[in-house]
Amino acid sequence: MDVKAKTKTNYLNQESEHITGCEALVRSLIAEGVDIIYGYPGGAIMPVYDELFKYQDQIHHVLTRHEQGATHSAQGFARISGRVGVAMATSGPGATNLITGIADAQIDSTPMVCITGQVPSHLLGSDAFQETDIVGISTPVTKWNHQITRAEEIPEVIAKAFYIAKSGRPGPVLIDITKDAQFETFDFTYKKCEGVRSYKPVPKVDTSILKSAAQAINDAKNPMIVWGQGVILGEAEQEFKAFVEKSGIPAAWTIMGVSAIPTSHPLNVGMVGMHGNYAPNKLTNECDVLLAIGMRFDDRVTGKLSDYATQAKVIHFEIDPAEIDKNVIADIPVLGDVKDTLSEILPMIKEKSYSDWHQQFKDLLKIEFEKVIKNDLHPTKDGLTMGEVLKEINLQSRGEAAIVSDVGQHQMIACRYAEFNKSRGNITSGGLGTMGFALPAAIGAKMATPEREVVAVIGDGGYQMTIQELGTIFQTKAAVKIVVLNNDFLGMVRQWQQLFFDKRYASTEMSNPDFVAIAKGYHIEAKRVSKREELATAIQEMMTSKEAYFLEVCVEKEDNVFPMIPSGASVSEIRLE
Amino acid sequence: MEHTRKQYTISVYTENNIGLLNRISAIFQRRHINIESMNISVSEIEAVSRFTILVNMTEVNVRKIIGQIEKQIEVIKAFYHTDEETIYLESCMFKIKSELLFEERQIQNIIKESDARIVTVNRDFFVLEKSGRRHEIEMLHRELSAFGIMQFVRSGRIAVTKDEMKITEMLAAFNN
Repeated sequence: MDVKAKTKTNYLNQESEHITGCEALVRSLIAEGVDIIYGYPGGAIMPVYDELFKYQDQIHHVLTRHEQGATHSAQGFARISGRVGVAMATSGPGATNLITGIADAQIDSTPMVCITGQVPSHLLGSDAFQETDIVGISTPVTKWNHQITRAEEIPEVIAKAFYIAKSGRPGPVLIDITKDAQFETFDFTYKKCEGVRSYKPVPKVDTSILKSAAQAINDAKNPMIVWGQGVILGEAEQEFKAFVEKSGIPAAWTIMGVSAIPTSHPLNVGMVGMHGNYAPNKLTNECDVLLAIGMRFDDRVTGKLSDYATQAKVIHFEIDPAEIDKNVIADIPVLGDVKDTLSEILPMIKEKSYSDWHQQFKDLLKIEFEKVIKNDLHPTKDGLTMGEVLKEINLQSRGEAAIVSDVGQHQMIACRYAEFNKSRGNITSGGLGTMGFALPAAIGAKMATPEREVVAVIGDGGYQMTIQELGTIFQTKAAVKIVVLNNDFLGMVRQWQQLFFDKRYASTEMSNPDFVAIAKGYHIEAKRVSKREELATAIQEMMTSKEAYFLEVCVEKEDNVFPMIPSGASVSEIRLE
Repeated sequence: MEHTRKQYTISVYTENNIGLLNRISAIFQRRHINIESMNISVSEIEAVSRFTILVNMTEVNVRKIIGQIEKQIEVIKAFYHTDEETIYLESCMFKIKSELLFEERQIQNIIKESDARIVTVNRDFFVLEKSGRRHEIEMLHRELSAFGIMQFVRSGRIAVTKDEMKITEMLAAFNN
């Protein structure tokens, strides 16, 4: 099913027309270039749905099976395309069901606009049916939010919402519209928002700071880069690649940053953080200059903060001033959009190579390969590993697919082993760790980029948190490929219980249903494999399918993800077993 | 030094917006920081509100809080200052039985010595107002407590800084 709008009326800067608030809202969304909305109707948003019905040739509404699914689909849409994702829900429970997705978008800086219906303004505060203070509830997890009680506010507020969601460090915006404002009529015109006086999305680049950063980089003996999602959000992949290649500095990534440069790039030294690679974690505490580019020193990246890179001079390239010195003190804070700062610093950087230093990364990788990677990717035991599934997906997708992962062991394996040739390839819930993210996010990702292969890799636990979105896949025919890595456990929690709670497996073992039968119940092609010799064929069948496909892979029940930095330990204390 | 707890006055210049109070107080709440007092009023700039927030925390954390406050869309600028860098005061009101004013000579002396002002007097009660430092207000409270206070209220701290706050030029730059 083609979900892209066929026609587009231009509502930008036109003469005013007397229309209702709900029609104005739909026209405003069209004026912002929205062609897909993910949502769920209900009482307080029904006038808007009535308009969506009239405008369905211009704007497509995808009925998810739960409002949380709508937010994750909007996130998947935004993450893969860079466009603002839109989710819609009714008041009360519809609105509160959006919260998890909004919090996820906030912590992972995803541009999203959520629109909720609200009870009529004369009932506000009266505990009316399906009334909830969604502006109050969503305040701590939105970049901005606002309640509209008069129709005439709609165009200006919607324009502001899209501007704020997308500009600077992106984030989620929630707009709550009372039912009377939806019905009220007014003279509608639409203008794009060009600025908000109290909001400065991108700090000005300070050339003198750039010079001292360049000096420190040129003087470095053993420098190291850790890049994050900022490179992708800033659409600075080319600038970043040029910078890495000219400077010759080994570059490691956070799970939000991967795919900004191809995985196979010779200067890519792997993933940092709790389940990242051995070399970049260890050598974080041995480099003399640490360049943090578009990342925020999450605790899963730094481990014990007081033992993190204390020997290094830290240069922090960052768009959000509140991130400077929040977790790690920056010796040289380079504020600005990385697209600008990286291209401005490039001519100041000397061309260098650090062969001895690179050798240290290679030596440590060899150790990790022997202890971990070999067993993950080339297992000799009977049971299937999650790693070999990823290896097969890599092989057959040739790094072109977007991998949408959920949260847990399979996520860490997917991030560690997935190979990417294209940016925006890794879509995962990084900051919030939202189980249930992947299935609906994959739907949004596929709809935003129908030409791209989208493979959702999900654990048996997270899959069941939003499994109802199979209904959305069935109805919309979104050709999402779903791989459930089933170990009949909440694997990551079980791993912690094994390592830190003397194997007391409290509430982590799962009696699972027949996932293949469930998928088939939704008329989705489905298969289960549990033997190594069946794996390649099954993945091939999935990848060549033109439609949605579900593949359950029964993997070893009690495998662990290594390396691992135990919670609260230093990056130097990374364990290989 | 940066890690010792101290009293800081945070001044936040904002657009006048419903919900902003929630947004700002949430930043303190997330970090489990108690707000000692808060005052919201108009500022020297037309249509710009000013929050004056008193907290007890380390300078390292107050800096992080300032960053997170400034990040809010409707916040124009936030500053933090120590007591030494500001001129500050609080106001308070006492409601006291009128008969005491005539029966207890001591009360009249307390009023005179404390620089408090009688706002109103009627047959049943009189209202006393006093502005000043916290300790002066506390002393007056202690002295009057002996006679019985019908009602007492004290405002949040308000403060102006000794140095200039470069907000006006900033706003001019925004407008251009």
